[in-house]
Amino acid sequence: GVLERSREQLLRQTCEAVVLGVLHPRTAISLVLQVLSDAGSLLSCCLNAACMALLDAGLPLAALFCGVTCALQPDGTILLDPTARQEQEARAILTFAIASSERKVLMTTTKGSCSVEEMQQCLAAAQRAADTIFQFYRDSVRRRYSK
Amino acid sequence: RTVEPLEYYRRFLKENCRPDGRELGEFRTTTVNIGKCLWSITTADGSALVKLGNTTVICGVKAELAAPAADSANKGYIVPNVELPSLCAERFRSGPPGEEAQAASQFIADVIENSQMIVKEDLCIANGKLAWVLYCDIICLDYDGNLLDASVFALLAALKNVQLPSVTINEETGLSEVNLKQKNPLIIRKHPVATSFAVFDDTLLIVDPTAEEEDLATGTVTIVTDEEGRLCSVHKPGGSPLTGAKLQDCITRAITRHKEVKKLIDKVIKSITPK
Repeated sequence: GVLERSREQLLRQTCEAVVLGVLHPRTAISLVLQVLSDAGSLLSCCLNAACMALLDAGLPLAALFCGVTCALQPDGTILLDPTARQEQEARAILTFAIASSERKVLMTTTKGSCSVEEMQQCLAAAQRAADTIFQFYRDSVRRRYSK
Repeated sequence: RTVEPLEYYRRFLKENCRPDGRELGEFRTTTVNIGKCLWSITTADGSALVKLGNTTVICGVKAELAAPAADSANKGYIVPNVELPSLCAERFRSGPPGEEAQAASQFIADVIENSQMIVKEDLCIANGKLAWVLYCDIICLDYDGNLLDASVFALLAALKNVQLPSVTINEETGLSEVNLKQKNPLIIRKHPVATSFAVFDDTLLIVDPTAEEEDLATGTVTIVTDEEGRLCSVHKPGGSPLTGAKLQDCITRAITRHKEVKKLIDKVIKSITPK
């Protein structure tokens, strides 16, 4: 449907920005994502899965990226990585793809409206959370190759 | 220009201007035609034509009656559909809608939902029995970049123009009676305006890109703001990474742009309202 297409476009353009395509001319890189279960924060889970798959495939990447979802609750508190229930109750949901180089923003998508300050706060929180996720990448890769 | 387009553009960008003479932060001339005048659709309930430089987008809104969904008995429907027919640019072929058209349709649906410009409860006529469905068809007639801005603008202008006939449900027969003589305008609560930027070489931001600039750009950002300065949507589908400060710069420019566009819409609406 249209929602899947728009998600595909987001993922594709995010991956295109980091994958060094010039090193593989006349090649098609096909990324297939199958949702096994959705318990909230689906898009950032897809982003993380995509990045780790690209890492596992050994493709040359300019930077790593990770996906972080922030939910803005009705009382103004920021919740990272919300569950499906928390997403429904939230007044705005912002998803960011943060690159590993200088924690720059690769992709943003918002659902619901928020003020500019709230968005900046969510972005700062997402950038801090990105550190945890990149550490997880490092641990996973280490585990995979240490056997 | 055809052999080395990127170098050609870089030469202009170094002087802080663009081949069509605009500055980096300057928008193209925006014109809008609303309602049953020469340019717009006469069979639609509301229509608008927007031209952003050469990019031409027409939006037609048709209102029909339907039964509301079981789980939201007091809500109507708004169904936006963006079409990029093959006549607007040579890269679009006829056939099922391509990814760009579908992503644009989803974006417009999200903007309507996020900004709450039309509250679906306002479209309900009788709880659980009858509600309005607004089919918003946005068709691009000429694609010269910046489709999303023009579409959002056309949608807003067309919805402001919609006049819904009043509908009553006859108690005895249970059927609806449409009174075409008595029309009410649609209640539009918020006025979202989109501003698109193209990112060049990871650092330079230019506003309102043409099709050529979009092809050469390394990324795009679209920010939708409403009149209170709230962000309805920050849409950055991949592309080169941006720092938070650059994003903030985009947002401030988007808020300024919102004021200009709102003034333009108000002016046009005032000029067509019969005294």
